[in-house]
Amino acid sequence: MPALAIRCKNLVKRYPGGVLAVRGLDLEVREGECFGLLGPNGAGKTTTIEILEGILPPTSGEVEILGHTWGNGDIEIRKRIGISLQETRLSEKLTVRETLRLFRSFYPGGLEPEQTIGLVSLEEKADARVGKLSGGQRQRLAVACAMAGDPALLFLDEPTTGLDPQSRRQIWEILKRFRNEGRTILLTTHYMDEAERLCDRVAIVDQGRIIALGSPRDLIASLGAEHVIDISVDDGGATAPPPSEGDLRALPGVTSVRVEGSTISLTVSEPHVAMPRLLERLGGGGSLTRLSMRHASLEDVFVTLTGRHLREGEAPA
Amino acid sequence: MKHVKYWPFKQLVLVRTREFSREPEAIFWVYVFPILLMFGLGIAFRSGADQEVHVDVVAGSRAEEARAALGSDPRFQVAVVSPEEAKARFASGKTDVIVEGRGEGYRYVYDPSRTGAEAARIRVNDALQAAAGRRDPVPSASELITEPGSRYIDWLIPGLLGMNIMGGGLWGLGFVTVDMRMRKLLKRFVATPMRRSDFLLALMASRLMFLVTEIGVILAVGCLAFGLQVKGSLLALAVVILVGAASFAGLGLLVASRTDKIETVSGLLNLVMLPMWLLSGIFFSAERFPGAMQPLVQALPLTQLNNALRAVILEGAPLGSQWLPVAALAAYGILAFGAALRMFKWQ
Repeated sequence: MPALAIRCKNLVKRYPGGVLAVRGLDLEVREGECFGLLGPNGAGKTTTIEILEGILPPTSGEVEILGHTWGNGDIEIRKRIGISLQETRLSEKLTVRETLRLFRSFYPGGLEPEQTIGLVSLEEKADARVGKLSGGQRQRLAVACAMAGDPALLFLDEPTTGLDPQSRRQIWEILKRFRNEGRTILLTTHYMDEAERLCDRVAIVDQGRIIALGSPRDLIASLGAEHVIDISVDDGGATAPPPSEGDLRALPGVTSVRVEGSTISLTVSEPHVAMPRLLERLGGGGSLTRLSMRHASLEDVFVTLTGRHLREGEAPA
Repeated sequence: MKHVKYWPFKQLVLVRTREFSREPEAIFWVYVFPILLMFGLGIAFRSGADQEVHVDVVAGSRAEEARAALGSDPRFQVAVVSPEEAKARFASGKTDVIVEGRGEGYRYVYDPSRTGAEAARIRVNDALQAAAGRRDPVPSASELITEPGSRYIDWLIPGLLGMNIMGGGLWGLGFVTVDMRMRKLLKRFVATPMRRSDFLLALMASRLMFLVTEIGVILAVGCLAFGLQVKGSLLALAVVILVGAASFAGLGLLVASRTDKIETVSGLLNLVMLPMWLLSGIFFSAERFPGAMQPLVQALPLTQLNNALRAVILEGAPLGSQWLPVAALAAYGILAFGAALRMFKWQ
């Protein structure tokens, strides 16, 4: 059993005004793992990570970071952690190298600007002003600033939000290399694909609590089936009434059914059994306007647990 | 060795210096604006500028006589024009006095509420009477004071220095701090092992560094272009400037201690500066305000700074004689800085 990098117990945060952002959250992050807090906006992820980072004081609860607690070993913790906040606008007038030299100066030991620039592949932009960087390059610089003190533990609050797919993959590569050196990462995200690809373990957070915890594979397996069939049916001109939810659930191989507007999602364990019977059942019940099959994702886990989507107003992938 | 290479205080000062020097707007307000003001006001109020009198002579009887009498004196700018043109030029402020021939004599048209119009009328009349043969019954002579040290520009330059020290301290610390707080950079910094005192001291230190060049530029232009003479010791001047700058830097930090909106801090800074712009004797003497207002006027830190600067630069006052304004400024600075530290919001 590896040592714990982060341990927090019964964490509560009530903001002035009474909003309860975190309601009794327990968390244990092991050294050397990449751990993700996955949840929709407003779930309390940022509040939680900022308490762990020692930026916000908790209302109550215990926090231990790398064996120290906030209030006793602040400097010891600060020297060994790296942080990327959700939104930091670094000075646009400074160059990449100057920015990294500044952050490096705050730590007693750490990585030379050349090294951090190399880690995030910004060599060509080393002498460019921050104001001239693209969104993805700025985010890589933010990660480089977090690495300036050569940290054992990295906190990243939504590291790829708003980035294009290529920039997101670049960030993922940087973080994977960091983790592969045996260091620890705690990140928040509302992208289920990010959590699935990057994280060893994921805690699904909703309304200030952890509602599920485990590796992405285990969480998906907890659905009882690994595939999802999405169908849409147009019942205009139907010769028979469309199948009810109960009818669909009774089909062989179907473990659960979810109806959202015109889309019906079936979680199935054996698609090769379920699919022919489903098509047969739909035969007279209107025309099929959509049929697709995919692997179940953390999104499905979240929807199954809460009845809501990770990103409000967006259809399932 | 490594430790010296990455001295955080030095890096913070360097970064601040770079940010400032790469900001063309800041350079304009800090360096160019006061120089432009100095030239603008220096030229408008230069010695002798108000001795020039613009006279329009209305074409007609005695016009040629008047033009000849006035034209021989270079202080008069004379033009012979039609009555309509004279009226139009007067209305647009181009002439001080209109001279019309009237039978045996002249008629003067002028507006006594205009600055210098009465004096212009008297001088025109004197010149015309003298040309016609008047002799003064009593001989008289005048001595004109135009030597450096007592001109308007001499009086103005210390005021501009004071204005710059105030603006630099308040904007330089207030605006910059709020901008960094708004960008969550302060929050990001305190998430590192950086010492907070390093940060605040670096902000103050870089401010003082910019100040040295600002003061240098204003004084150099004042001395070279306008013949300003600093009568007091440079050490006394440096002490007054340093204490003043630290005082306004403290005020700037106090104004910025809690707000996280640029709009709010801009409004607050203007609110703090406006009374001093008006009352503290930058462009005209603070003594001109009525006695009932003097307690307020004298309580403003910029009034004290301007008083001390003028005493040292214009009168050559020794530092010891200026202990009161210097102590007042120091007290303002210490109180403001202390309150700012107590209230300061890092995120």
